[in-house]
Amino acid sequence: MKRLILLTFSFLLISIKVLAVTYNSEPKIFISELVNDAIKTLGDKNLTQEEKNTFIAKIAKDNVDIKALGLYTLGDLRKTVEKETLVKYQNLFEKYFLKSLTSRLTDYTSEKFEVINSDKKNAKYTIVNSRIAESKDKPEIKIDWRVYTKDPLKPLIRDLIVEGLSLARTQREEFSSILNSNNNDINALFNKLQEFISN
Amino acid sequence: MFWVVNIINFYIWKDMFFKKLTVLLILAFTLSFNTVSAKSEKECFEKVSRGIFKFNKGFDNLILKPIAKGYNKLPEPIKKGTGNFTSNIATLLSIPNYLLQGELESAGDATGSFLINTTVGILGLGNPAASLGFEAQKEDLGQTLGTYGVGGGCYFVMPILGPTTVRDTVGMIGDTLVDPFAQITWHEKEMKGFSGSKQDYLGVKAAAAVDFRGDNMTNFDSLEKNSIDLYSSTKSLYLQNRERKISNSSDADDDDWGNLEK
Repeated sequence: MKRLILLTFSFLLISIKVLAVTYNSEPKIFISELVNDAIKTLGDKNLTQEEKNTFIAKIAKDNVDIKALGLYTLGDLRKTVEKETLVKYQNLFEKYFLKSLTSRLTDYTSEKFEVINSDKKNAKYTIVNSRIAESKDKPEIKIDWRVYTKDPLKPLIRDLIVEGLSLARTQREEFSSILNSNNNDINALFNKLQEFISN
Repeated sequence: MFWVVNIINFYIWKDMFFKKLTVLLILAFTLSFNTVSAKSEKECFEKVSRGIFKFNKGFDNLILKPIAKGYNKLPEPIKKGTGNFTSNIATLLSIPNYLLQGELESAGDATGSFLINTTVGILGLGNPAASLGFEAQKEDLGQTLGTYGVGGGCYFVMPILGPTTVRDTVGMIGDTLVDPFAQITWHEKEMKGFSGSKQDYLGVKAAAAVDFRGDNMTNFDSLEKNSIDLYSSTKSLYLQNRERKISNSSDADDDDWGNLEK
């Protein structure tokens, strides 16, 4: 009976951890808590890859403005494309983004992360400056986080700027190139995204 | 006798400097007619560039990456020393470019960094200048032309050398004219008793490339794994990096995001 209670309690704790991860709303603390949580979880040897992926997907859906990022990445085409097509794009983009994010985060897990500063640009955006300390075979990496603060109580990440290079802009230009090479046919982009998701 | 040599040196230097300056001004003038925007997104010949990119990728997989992997296994002091040595030599190119940009303080810092590292740092293998506050950034003629308002022109990929623009290619050629190290090695001109060969120039450039590739092993792998069009990602990263270096700022552009709420 004791074991059953202990098991139930543990299960509840894990469920709470997975289902209700909330972070401080102050952008600097928000980034610090979120990234350290992600690094800790991805480095946890007791968790399976599936559990790690679930965790990353959960915190990304809660804390990254995936919808806005998808629209930004699509460029001007978002203004002319039909509503159903846009919904299909958003769904595919979310899957693509989560897979890509998990992969990128896994690549940088064992690093020492540190938030250095933050700069409130305006009411909508704060840039949080952070760095991953130099390790044996990697130089120091500076990462800036574009945090969308229109709702000050619920900050959302919109972009990662690694050593001055915006990942959102890189993605947008990548998508734009695929569209340009295919007469702006969004189906060509859908095929590329689907291919990435399936691999 | 010493003052006669100095006068001759001065006239040689003056003659060389004005020739170089004329070339640079002509290049900048020509380029400014051909480009209108600081952002260069247009391709010169995309199909050819994609082919060369594929070739470069093969070269990287077969030669550069395996060498960089081996290099990463070397003891830390050797890797650090190589990185410091190539960076110190690159400072020689930064000094004239800082001067051409009118950045006198940075030119002074770069000169201080080079002198300290070459002497106290034993031929640049150490970097004692950094701990004394002399932190030299890498500047080249492409960046200098960029600060003059010369746009990038169209984008293309060169075999082995990789991504570039018209402005940066012209800058790269011009670099060999203003860089004292390139003058001594690539152009094989003796300067203040120093002489070198083309092999020395290529050796240092190759060491810098291996050091850079080794430092960015994870970044390259991650980029390749997560790109749906690696050619375009590389192009975007190259152009963003050049823009950042020309503006000497990593500030994110808010306007770029437009108004996504509407």
